[in-house]
Amino acid sequence: MMAVGSPDLPVAREERQPAVPNAVLAVLLFVGAELMMFAAFISAHAIGRANMVEWPPPGQPVLPLESTAFNTLVLLGSGVAMRYAGRLYDDGKVDTSFKALLGSLAAGTFFVVFQGVEWARLLADGLSFRATPYGGFFYLIVGAHALHALVGLGAVVWMVARLGRNTLRREAFQAGRLYWYFVVALWPVLYWRVYL
Amino acid sequence: MSVAHDHDHGAHDAHHHEMSFIEKYIFPTDHKYIGKQYMFTGMFMALFGGFYAYVFRMQLAFPNMSVPFFGRVSPMEYNAAITQHGTVMIFWVAMPVLIAAFGNFLIPLLIGADDMAFPRLNRLSYQIFLVSAVVLIASWFVPGGAFGGAWTAYPPLSADARYSLTPMGSSMWLIAVALEFAAFLLGGINFIVTAMNGRAPGMKWNDVPMIVWMICIASILFMASVGPLVAGAIMLLFDQNLGTNFFDPRRGGDPILWQHLFWFFGHPEVYVVLLPATGMCAEVIPVFARKKLFAYDTVLYTTIGTGVLSFFVWAHHQFVAGIDPRMANVFTITTVLISIPIAEMVFLYIATLYGGSIRYTVPMLWALGFIFAFLIGGVTGIYLGASGADIYFHDTYFVVAHFHYTFFPIAFIGTFTGFTYWFPKMFGRMMNETLGKIHFFGTMISFNFIFLPLFATGLGGDHRRIYNYNNFPELATPDLQNLRILATVALLVLIAFQFIFIYNTFYSMFFGPISGTNPWKATTLEWTTPENPPGHGNWPPDNMPTVYRGPYEYSVPGREDDFWPQNQQS
Ligand code: HEM
Ligand SMILES: [Cu+2]
Repeated sequence: MMAVGSPDLPVAREERQPAVPNAVLAVLLFVGAELMMFAAFISAHAIGRANMVEWPPPGQPVLPLESTAFNTLVLLGSGVAMRYAGRLYDDGKVDTSFKALLGSLAAGTFFVVFQGVEWARLLADGLSFRATPYGGFFYLIVGAHALHALVGLGAVVWMVARLGRNTLRREAFQAGRLYWYFVVALWPVLYWRVYL
Repeated sequence: MSVAHDHDHGAHDAHHHEMSFIEKYIFPTDHKYIGKQYMFTGMFMALFGGFYAYVFRMQLAFPNMSVPFFGRVSPMEYNAAITQHGTVMIFWVAMPVLIAAFGNFLIPLLIGADDMAFPRLNRLSYQIFLVSAVVLIASWFVPGGAFGGAWTAYPPLSADARYSLTPMGSSMWLIAVALEFAAFLLGGINFIVTAMNGRAPGMKWNDVPMIVWMICIASILFMASVGPLVAGAIMLLFDQNLGTNFFDPRRGGDPILWQHLFWFFGHPEVYVVLLPATGMCAEVIPVFARKKLFAYDTVLYTTIGTGVLSFFVWAHHQFVAGIDPRMANVFTITTVLISIPIAEMVFLYIATLYGGSIRYTVPMLWALGFIFAFLIGGVTGIYLGASGADIYFHDTYFVVAHFHYTFFPIAFIGTFTGFTYWFPKMFGRMMNETLGKIHFFGTMISFNFIFLPLFATGLGGDHRRIYNYNNFPELATPDLQNLRILATVALLVLIAFQFIFIYNTFYSMFFGPISGTNPWKATTLEWTTPENPPGHGNWPPDNMPTVYRGPYEYSVPGREDDFWPQNQQS
């Protein structure tokens, strides 16, 4: 395992195994920076909320608590399936791992679609992006998470395709899972801060 | 095998193909070329930053006169000039040169690797950076003019085109900054992964040259602090263009919120650029004192301590912004605390000099100049950190002088230290010593004549970001005006001396004497490459270096040579 190297360079030294593979370390660092961004969104939301006399402000709809709670469970289920997929892969059971990964993909897709439907409904109910920071923060934070979820789904599709042909490398799978866990684990926190 | 490139791609070929011109110079993945691209782009941007400084200093010294090469400066243009000067110098000069250029060029060479962990990501990072620079420059020429709301972009001024009067300029400014952060995020990830996983066999954590540590710690600080600013930038962009109201108090927004998001990034950012500059001193001083770096471990721990503390001082920029006075006390304490590790680091460098056999080469002069100048910047920061005093100092030229005594040493003195020291490694030739010394003394002396007077004008009541002091009777005195003129004239002298540097750089690059691979008789790995400048891959694949000792083994008793390279077993 060569740690570094240019695409057009010969292997520079004998194989060495780093403690954390490159791809995993890179995703870890990236996720760390992203977490700080979401931490800032959440703090800004808390300040915006504290500045308002009424929350939700007059004339603005209440956010759908129950249906989103259900959707949160679906996303958590996707995370659990992903965890299984990783375990099975590590045990060498590529076929069952593939099925678990498909399950994770299905649940993740359901989550995003469901959120999109909710969002459309809120728009119809008159939750305004502009009128108050209440709506502004909702669309900002939930939208930022949705973008991350979409990128994550893209990565999961890529992993499904690779795992189906059994050409998915271990580090790439680890790195992809890590990113998906980030998307999954972030959501309950956002739900708690934005919806409750 | 790194994950950035596929297994089946050329990495396993026994011999690498000759690269075309385009591959080598336009779209290189070689870390040394990407480093040079960053270096020259940053230095090119410095010309703009310097030009803006010239424009607004001329206006301050000789109000409402026509400025040569520019013409009369309108109030809008004045605001745009100070804003773009600050933005360019911090984000398009200090960051790309100190972190990206030196980080790319040095990290693989100093840890004995053939390249970065993710070479293509590295190339992408530079390309995004280049686009960001183009967007910024384009924003100076759009209708309405360049953004003029200061480099800190405080709302509500920045949040609404009806206040800022620059509908396109302010959004393009924000987009350029955001793009640039994406570039440095990719770069930072690359640096840390490379330094963690790519070190030569035998290189333990305390064999890693200090500059590598410094750049990596700076990258971590950057990555941990940039998220909140990106969050704020997105919100500000929405306020500007989509009609949201996160920051506009007319509609329930909170302008102070932006200040918190900005300075939560902004203060760590000053250490992001400071650390690489001090790292250069840590490399250069032992070489030219022929003495081991004093207290390697302590330098490292103070750096980490500074990094952690730097996340807890940000509100010292907001003492007069209406924050709770009890909170101001807390931030006064943390701010004064942070000067301790910084002072300690300076003492350790001075202790390295003690008893050494000092050689006043050009890089060494710059390193010593850095310590001298930065000391003044750090000491004046303590006065500002005391909230009681800062109520008077805030937003005066005293603050401007303070941060230029930190920032100029970092962005320019630090860069000159590293550039003159590693020039032989970058281009294989020596720079001219005499021209280098003329440039050094000319720059140092004129630099002090710019900013020492500004401490005085600040104490005399000069607020910053004022277009024309003659409009204020108590500030329109000859005493103050003479100091302003002195600062401006010194700036002109400083700019003139930079032409010597530019000439020396380009002349030496092509016609300087051949340097050989280790002209300074230094110990770190970059000086052990068989070719100079190092070829693609730095070392032959079958002869990569192995490390046996620390990076600063000078004047070891009982050895014939007074230096002991890291890769020599005996
Ligand atoms: C010993 C360490 C330092 C201390 C205690 C310190 C303290 C301060 C304080 C309290 C202020 C706010 C003054 C005001 O606005 O009223 C300030 C401003 C500033 N400092 Fe420092 N500082 C230190 C080091 C640095 C370093 C290393 C840099 C740069 C690399 C730096 C760059 C700045 C800048 C750019 C500003 C002004 C920002 C603006 O309002 O535009 N400082 N410093
Ligand atoms: Cu600060």
